Amino acid sequence: MSAIESASFDLHRLDRLAACDSAVHRLDPRVKVLITLAFLVCVVSFDKYAIAGLLPFALFLTLIIGLAGIPSGFILNRLLLAAPLALLIGLFNPVYDHQPLMRLGTLAIAGGWLSLLSLMLRFCLTVGVVLALIATTGFNAVCRALEQLGMPSVLAVQLLLLYRYLFVLVEEGLRLNRARALRSFQGRGLGIRACGFLLGSLLLRTLDRSQRIHLAMRCRGFDGTIRTRNPLRLNGRDVLILAIALAALLAMRVFDGPLLLGRFVTGLLAS
Amino acid sequence: MHMADALLSPAVGGTFWAATAGATAWCAKKVQRELDDRKVPLMGVLGAFVFAAQMINFTLPGTGSSGHIGGGMLLAILLGPHAAFLTIASVLVVQALFFADGGLLALGCNIFNLGFFPCFLAYPLLYKPLAGSGQNHKRIVAGALLAAIVGLQLGAVAVVAETVLSGISALPLQPFLWAMLPIHLAIGLVEGVITATVVLFVRQARPEILDCAAGGWAPGARPIAKVLTALAVAAMLTGGVFSWFASALPDGLEWSIEQASGKGEPVAPTEGIHGLFAGVQEKIALLPGYAFRTGDQQAVGETVAHQAGPTAWPAVDPGTSVAGLVGGGLTLLLTIGLALLFRKRRAIA
Repeated sequence: MSAIESASFDLHRLDRLAACDSAVHRLDPRVKVLITLAFLVCVVSFDKYAIAGLLPFALFLTLIIGLAGIPSGFILNRLLLAAPLALLIGLFNPVYDHQPLMRLGTLAIAGGWLSLLSLMLRFCLTVGVVLALIATTGFNAVCRALEQLGMPSVLAVQLLLLYRYLFVLVEEGLRLNRARALRSFQGRGLGIRACGFLLGSLLLRTLDRSQRIHLAMRCRGFDGTIRTRNPLRLNGRDVLILAIALAALLAMRVFDGPLLLGRFVTGLLAS
Repeated sequence: MHMADALLSPAVGGTFWAATAGATAWCAKKVQRELDDRKVPLMGVLGAFVFAAQMINFTLPGTGSSGHIGGGMLLAILLGPHAAFLTIASVLVVQALFFADGGLLALGCNIFNLGFFPCFLAYPLLYKPLAGSGQNHKRIVAGALLAAIVGLQLGAVAVVAETVLSGISALPLQPFLWAMLPIHLAIGLVEGVITATVVLFVRQARPEILDCAAGGWAPGARPIAKVLTALAVAAMLTGGVFSWFASALPDGLEWSIEQASGKGEPVAPTEGIHGLFAGVQEKIALLPGYAFRTGDQQAVGETVAHQAGPTAWPAVDPGTSVAGLVGGGLTLLLTIGLALLFRKRRAIA
């Protein structure tokens, strides 16, 4: 299965996960979006050699994923699929950065290796938290939250429509691709020209579809906004959890927890 | 190529977020004012079309490898710049949320790189004048090719600039640029050919689509200058505002500037950019202190300040290293333990 095919499979999987129920799922989507953004800013604002300081964030993320009941294998799988690109850029760090930064006995470790490790850790955390957000909230709720937080409503409608037709059109694209592959012998007809015509006819079909959708929406009184039955409502529990989570993130950013813990433990061992 | 959150510093990410938010709001206003509500479902479905189109691969002649369409330039030709910008933005949001391509903080950079350049520079300044009224095949092909190539090259330069300014990756400017530009030249060439093929097909089958799709926006008119100045002002303002936070929380930009000046590497182009930013940051920053820095980071900063030489950079106290290692190891164990615990609980349930 090609990467993009498995990606479309994952779309369904993420949708199903978002329909589950847990304490994290029940939180207001705006709260989850804000916590995610705070998490990202905190992680990204560490300096390039930070490793130990990032680990409490991994703990935080694991806690959320665990509480939400998302299978960790799924998240790890996605991380592995997306990792090569970050690794490709990160591998240049040891090449260009030879400053010894850390000493383990006689072994000096160059800054490049530390920053590579830090970069991969950052990558896992930033990708993981976004996957956790979407797997516990669902795309529609994230869009509504973003709209309430100030995104233009045209873009919100655009995102909702895109998502609605993503499943339909991706299936159609895969079908076209399979049909062409089955009819092709010795690689004939797989070139750029045939592909252009195939895309052109898919495009024409898509435009006709959009025309039909437009008429159907007009018939049902569409005026440019999508209305939902139950508006988002913040309750006290949401606000409390938001405050606690933000405070925890800030504390993890300001205090180097692992260093304090390590000092404590080595202090105990030394005494 | 998509920027990733992991490669980004908060100052760079925030600046591009602000610029992109401004451009998005402006485009949203424009599209709403057009009052053509046919465009609403059209944009949505064409966004989904981009994903579907990327499912259809083609083999590249001579190389044996395969590629697929990016779709940015095609959207600009079909929808016009404003609607296309919003559609590209929505495509990138879905990619960031579901496919781990890029990330939420990098979204500003990605929308700017892949949306702004094709929609507001390559399309109005290259494609429109070259393709003209769309009667001539050769002119359409030339316009699509050139616009796709230039759009992607600008995007690649922006990716390099964002990465180098963020300073998380140690890649120096010049080799990175030399690697990115030829690759994106090839990608742009392929993108241009496939875009032109699709446009020609549509023109032959249903010419009215191209006529009505991209009406109304005169190339080279004043708006573009206005937008550019507005964006530049917004970027500088937010860059200044964000650099307050950036200087309070030690970030990659600051470190890379320190590193560039500390190491004294003879990379002239970066020196200019870094120097400029350092100067701007020094002038604008209201909070130049290190309020949030913990003790050992301050120590590193101080030693750098004390002995400004090539060896000055990392002065690490071995006691701190050991404590950091022990503490980090314990935190890691705790994380893995927690994950295993949750796993077991789910297995029972």
